[in-house]
Amino acid sequence: MSMTEAGTRAFDVDAIRADFPILSRKINGQELVYFDNAATSQKPKQVIKALTDYYEQTNANVHRGVHTLSIEATDGYELARTKVAKFINAPRPEEAIWTRNTSESLNLVAATWADVNVGEGDNIVITAMEHHSNIVPWQQLAAKKNTELRYLAAGEDGLLDVSDVDSIIDSRTKLVAVTHMSNVLGTINPVAMLAEKVHAVGGVILVDAAQSVPHMAVDVQELDADFLCFSAHKMLGPTGIGVLYGKYDLLEAMPPFMFGGDMILEVTYEDATWNDLPYKFEAGTPNIADAIATGAAVDYLVDLGMDNVWAHEQELTAYAMEQILSLDNVRVLGPQDPALRGGVISFIHDTIHPHDLGTALDQQGIAIRTGHHCAMPLVRSFDVVAAARASFYIYNTKSEIDALINGISETEGYFSR
Amino acid sequence: MTGGMSGLDDMNELYEAIILDHYRSPRNTVPVDSPDIDLEVNNPFCGDEFHIQLKVDDGAVAKVGITGRGCAISQASASLLAELVEGKSSNEVHAAVDSIRRLLKGEDVTEEERDVLGDIEALEGVRKFPVRIKCALLSWVGLDDALTEHLGAEGV
Repeated sequence: MSMTEAGTRAFDVDAIRADFPILSRKINGQELVYFDNAATSQKPKQVIKALTDYYEQTNANVHRGVHTLSIEATDGYELARTKVAKFINAPRPEEAIWTRNTSESLNLVAATWADVNVGEGDNIVITAMEHHSNIVPWQQLAAKKNTELRYLAAGEDGLLDVSDVDSIIDSRTKLVAVTHMSNVLGTINPVAMLAEKVHAVGGVILVDAAQSVPHMAVDVQELDADFLCFSAHKMLGPTGIGVLYGKYDLLEAMPPFMFGGDMILEVTYEDATWNDLPYKFEAGTPNIADAIATGAAVDYLVDLGMDNVWAHEQELTAYAMEQILSLDNVRVLGPQDPALRGGVISFIHDTIHPHDLGTALDQQGIAIRTGHHCAMPLVRSFDVVAAARASFYIYNTKSEIDALINGISETEGYFSR
Repeated sequence: MTGGMSGLDDMNELYEAIILDHYRSPRNTVPVDSPDIDLEVNNPFCGDEFHIQLKVDDGAVAKVGITGRGCAISQASASLLAELVEGKSSNEVHAAVDSIRRLLKGEDVTEEERDVLGDIEALEGVRKFPVRIKCALLSWVGLDDALTEHLGAEGV
């Protein structure tokens, strides 16, 4: 087991909680129970300090100056890249491109790799459980290229239906784009199997890892992922920065995404040549401070050990599932076996609309997500228009889950008064 | 670790007894035969969906039927709407929608307008929960637009 997985710090939830200043906030007079981690995670003081340290001590532009600050800023920016690359076991740091977020990473691949490699008569395969950001770019591309967009279905059990995978992925499949972990169902998808299938027909696989990278050890080589996208803000890092991992040869052959400073090698009045990886995809002054803070977020998770992070969340998920399923009027979307899913639990109350439940829980200090979770077609396929969602992270506890269950009961009492 | 009912009592302004009553027993939910206006309104963000049907006679609402699903606020609001609009002219409906918008935004609403709104005043508490205002307005705005369009097309 590598250091990344095992960790060097004891997994002590009280000590972890002490690192998160926001957790001592009161919401509507109550202690905050933050269960909206699938939307964004909270930030430890180590990450916040990395931001302030950068602006107070190091701030300068990167890749340009010969002065000390610029050199330090460049070193910090590139060290953070090395950290995120290692975090997902990318063979080379320059295979990790900084973007704004998962959506931009996905759009980058759609606008560059897919624009060149997908044509009329080809097909793109996605799944019924994708986030809108892993549906819409492919819909747009399919319309533009006269390409077929195919779906792998989600079964009633919330698992991906792969019974017809060998007919859906065929010789004209150029791309499979799949979420590693559903942001609605929590389902973990068989990415390595899909990678093998699409590679056998000469296509590539893109993994939307926005919900998996923050919570489990993800190894791009083990998955044999060609592209893998995630955001820093769901893994203790700041908003406004994300990562696109791509295999070196694929990235090297792709045209640039945006044009401008830093991404060029040489410019004449007539033409320009492109810089090397990763800079070819990082036009303009990048998000230096947030990249460095993302490095601090990775350090925090590596210190804990991703296997410990995962084990903690599995324990919470198993406990929450048992507690929620014991309620009479609640049903859970997605697989009930915690081993098949992550700590994202969407549920429907028979009589209380998610929005009313969300307001009532907020009154009790409990933050959950309500609505369609940016996966409208999937939520509708369960014959509901909205769901409530509780999602967990390293600082959550079983007593907070008890508070949620109690909060649901209190809400039932309120609405039946 | 949470405070129980004391926290929820702060919601009483949002969920007044009249609101909960309309939510549990919505009025005018019977579908209208051969409606002049047949309209689906939805707020995908919340997952609220309503089917509004109207029979219009001489520029006034002769019959209304509203069915759908949504949160307590949107359902109660749709039911209050269904109760109000029957027999009202398009101008009266338009004026009521205008006053309810102001009511929800915390702007001035005259006593005369409050008299017209009646029970609908109970929605006033929604303004303290700004994210829920669009739940309350969903069916009103949809119906107002559809009515204006319908009467415009008829040249009334």
